[in-house]
Amino acid sequence: MSGLGAFLRGLRVTGKVMVDTVLGDGLVTTKYPQEFRQKPQRFHGRHVLNRYPDGMEKCIGCELCAGACPARCIYVRGRDNPPDQPVSPGERYGYVYEINMLRCIFCGLCVEACPTEAITMTHLFEMSTSNRRDAIYTRQELLMRPDGSVPHMFPEDPLAQPAELNTADGWLRATAPSGVAAYEGVQAWQGTPGPASWAPEPTQDERDA
Amino acid sequence: MDGLDILIVVGRVLAVFVLLLVTTIFNVWLERKTIADMQNRIGPDRAGPFGLLQTVADGLKLFFKEQINPSKVQYGMFVLAPFLAVIPALLLFMVVPFGRPFTIGDREVLLQGADLNVGVLFILAMSSLAVYAVVLAGWSSGSKYPLLGAVRATAQAISYEAAIGLSIVSVVMFSSTRAGGTLSLAGIVESQAGTYLGFIPRWNLFPQVVAFVIFFLAIIAETNRAPFDLVEAEQELVGGFHTEYSGMRFAMYQLAEYINIFSMSAICATLFLGGWNGPTFDGQVPAWISAVLPTIWLLIKTYAVIFAFFWIRATMPRLRYDQLMQIGWKRLIPAALVWLILSTVAISVRQFGLPWSA
Repeated sequence: MSGLGAFLRGLRVTGKVMVDTVLGDGLVTTKYPQEFRQKPQRFHGRHVLNRYPDGMEKCIGCELCAGACPARCIYVRGRDNPPDQPVSPGERYGYVYEINMLRCIFCGLCVEACPTEAITMTHLFEMSTSNRRDAIYTRQELLMRPDGSVPHMFPEDPLAQPAELNTADGWLRATAPSGVAAYEGVQAWQGTPGPASWAPEPTQDERDA
Repeated sequence: MDGLDILIVVGRVLAVFVLLLVTTIFNVWLERKTIADMQNRIGPDRAGPFGLLQTVADGLKLFFKEQINPSKVQYGMFVLAPFLAVIPALLLFMVVPFGRPFTIGDREVLLQGADLNVGVLFILAMSSLAVYAVVLAGWSSGSKYPLLGAVRATAQAISYEAAIGLSIVSVVMFSSTRAGGTLSLAGIVESQAGTYLGFIPRWNLFPQVVAFVIFFLAIIAETNRAPFDLVEAEQELVGGFHTEYSGMRFAMYQLAEYINIFSMSAICATLFLGGWNGPTFDGQVPAWISAVLPTIWLLIKTYAVIFAFFWIRATMPRLRYDQLMQIGWKRLIPAALVWLILSTVAISVRQFGLPWSA
């Protein structure tokens, strides 16, 4: 008889799940190509090379990202800035910058290693290609345009959501540019990369209010 | 027997055939959708409205796929086996009355493939014949997993055939107290007309509830459905007896399986749930509604049984082989025998009085 009880209890479980699913409760699956899920704020997606608000590139070609990369997928070569028309504020700039997206594990260590926050991650993850060469993103694809928008590799793709490229991952929220954890009142983070000016982080009291 | 009679017969057979094929298309979708719901998934929803055309798409895909002949198959039997699976499955439903007989002019049209006076025996015969397809497929494939699946199928079908037969015997005996004894399914349906106390339908389910449970468990095993699907246990036997089949031949096994589910559920509804009996509101609604309602009642009852099939499949893990045999031989058959004796005694006492009262 305990077998019969277990049988009925099992039927109750599946029956309850079925009722819940039919009523629309607890169904986590989304109809992906038609609906997109809201990604977590700190989602690690495709990289982007940032610019300063005045249009200068942030990358100084130091290769720390390549050194930090556990997958060895970043290749950087720096070069001295031309004195009359500097590309970056520093001495050097990255004139070759390649990321092999087939090898990248999206760990974000390059973002942490970067001293100038030149490389950050976005929310875009639809990067499938039909060609291995297309998976190697070069400086042209990674670097944001002077107006702050980020070029999409396949803008014609039905899955292309350009807005995702302008959604920065949350790493910058966790670390202040000055390296001080108490980042209140300083310009720290914005949801989108680019040259826009952004408001200082609110204090704890302001956020609680 | 003139032209119109022949036309009616052909029409009846065609109606059964079309009904089986259309419901199969629907049932595959329904099963996938039901089980998806029970497993917190969405299920097929791409092809057509609500994914209803998914089965058609799958069927077309299989239709255009290559039918591979592995080098060790015995060709004749290998090709024949899928047909041997489909034909008994189609014939199985022929004896099930799927609606109230109606009259065209002076002719009575039975909504039934054929009203055999040995309908119940015919069901047992056809469901046993289906085993041949499995055995021949397993043998002719020249491969070990199909053979293992086929051997399992034989043992399983024979074991559960006995339980089905015994539980049907008590139903037939019980309905003989009402309708004068018949093996015809139409007769058994008519014997269940009416109600107890004015509101409980006079289905065989209520007096024969043990036989119903035994019959239901046995038809799950007979149609090789989970949790008794050891014949095609994917985790142990690759695909079981149809491992070496591809393309349309494979599709025919699937077709046969789903037709069997529908037919067996319809037979279960006919034997125990009153068949097409149900309120028809004669005279209160247009005549065509009264004519169609019995078919709808039968479909509702059938789908209730089918839903129980799906529900159990989504819930229960597969039985081990010795457990399967134990349930068949040590539980179901003794229970069916005991129930048969009990109901025989009860029926005799009701008909002839107590032995010492004469």
